[in-house]
Amino acid sequence: MSTIAEHTVDHVHRDDEGSRLGMWLFLFTELVLFGGMFLVYAVYRFTYPQEFHLAAKELNTSVGALNTIILLTSSLTIVLSIVAIRKKNKSLSVFFQIVTMILAVGFLVNKYFEWNIKIHHGIFPGSEILLGKANGEIIFFGLYYVMTGLHALHVMIGVLLIEVMTGYTIKGRINETNYVRLESAGLYWHLVDLIWIFLFPLFYLIT
Amino acid sequence: MNGEQSALAEHTVEHKPTYGIYILVWLVLMTLTGVTVAVAGINFGNITIATALTIAVIKSYLVLTFFMHLKTETATFKIFVAVALLFLLISISLLFSDYSFL
Repeated sequence: MSTIAEHTVDHVHRDDEGSRLGMWLFLFTELVLFGGMFLVYAVYRFTYPQEFHLAAKELNTSVGALNTIILLTSSLTIVLSIVAIRKKNKSLSVFFQIVTMILAVGFLVNKYFEWNIKIHHGIFPGSEILLGKANGEIIFFGLYYVMTGLHALHVMIGVLLIEVMTGYTIKGRINETNYVRLESAGLYWHLVDLIWIFLFPLFYLIT
Repeated sequence: MNGEQSALAEHTVEHKPTYGIYILVWLVLMTLTGVTVAVAGINFGNITIATALTIAVIKSYLVLTFFMHLKTETATFKIFVAVALLFLLISISLLFSDYSFL
């Protein structure tokens, strides 16, 4: 109780802690969404170990590693933008937010080329080449497209979210005393990063 | 109540934001990424998966604690996250009790 009173003493209608808690609750639903998919992955990985091994070899580890570096760095820049706004450095905060968005777009461009190459090789859900392969490989690529695809969708939503925050920061709606929106957008962005931390080794490394 | 109060104290003490700690965490995350890629080249058999997942868990812990500010949040947040992860863990263990892979 004392925490709430202390946080809202000079602005009665705002509860930053409540806002962040709400964001965390939303993130838990995302955890369940992706968690379920990771469970499906686990079952099939152990059902078809040999075929998963073969299929995973076809993915480009360097592209995956590069995307990991990009996402981890973008997580750093979004958290630095919060530090900057708290230090009353508005332009630096905007700069870090823009860098985060550029990195996110870079991630998506990589993903685009990666998928493109796969699709050109005839490996996409329902293709004749893929259907000609063993069951385990079909399932591996199915999971690969669904999980990295859903993750990429989250990256796109994250970019839009941060873009709105950048607008708020420029207009001064996000400032050194009221930055909870930026914090929540940051939490979402870190979740996107967290999911990739598990996707990367499970699809690109374990071969 | 006591725990909550000490967490609050910590919250106010660490209210001064600094860039350094985040850059340090990022460097550790980068190093761990390098390690996980390097280790993946070596075939340890079943341990390979365990190693990759252990490193992923360490990385997640760092992101949750520092980037997502759980370190400076009140106990409520930490309990919420712990409960959410516990339920995920329950799902995983129930699944693995149904499929014996070993």
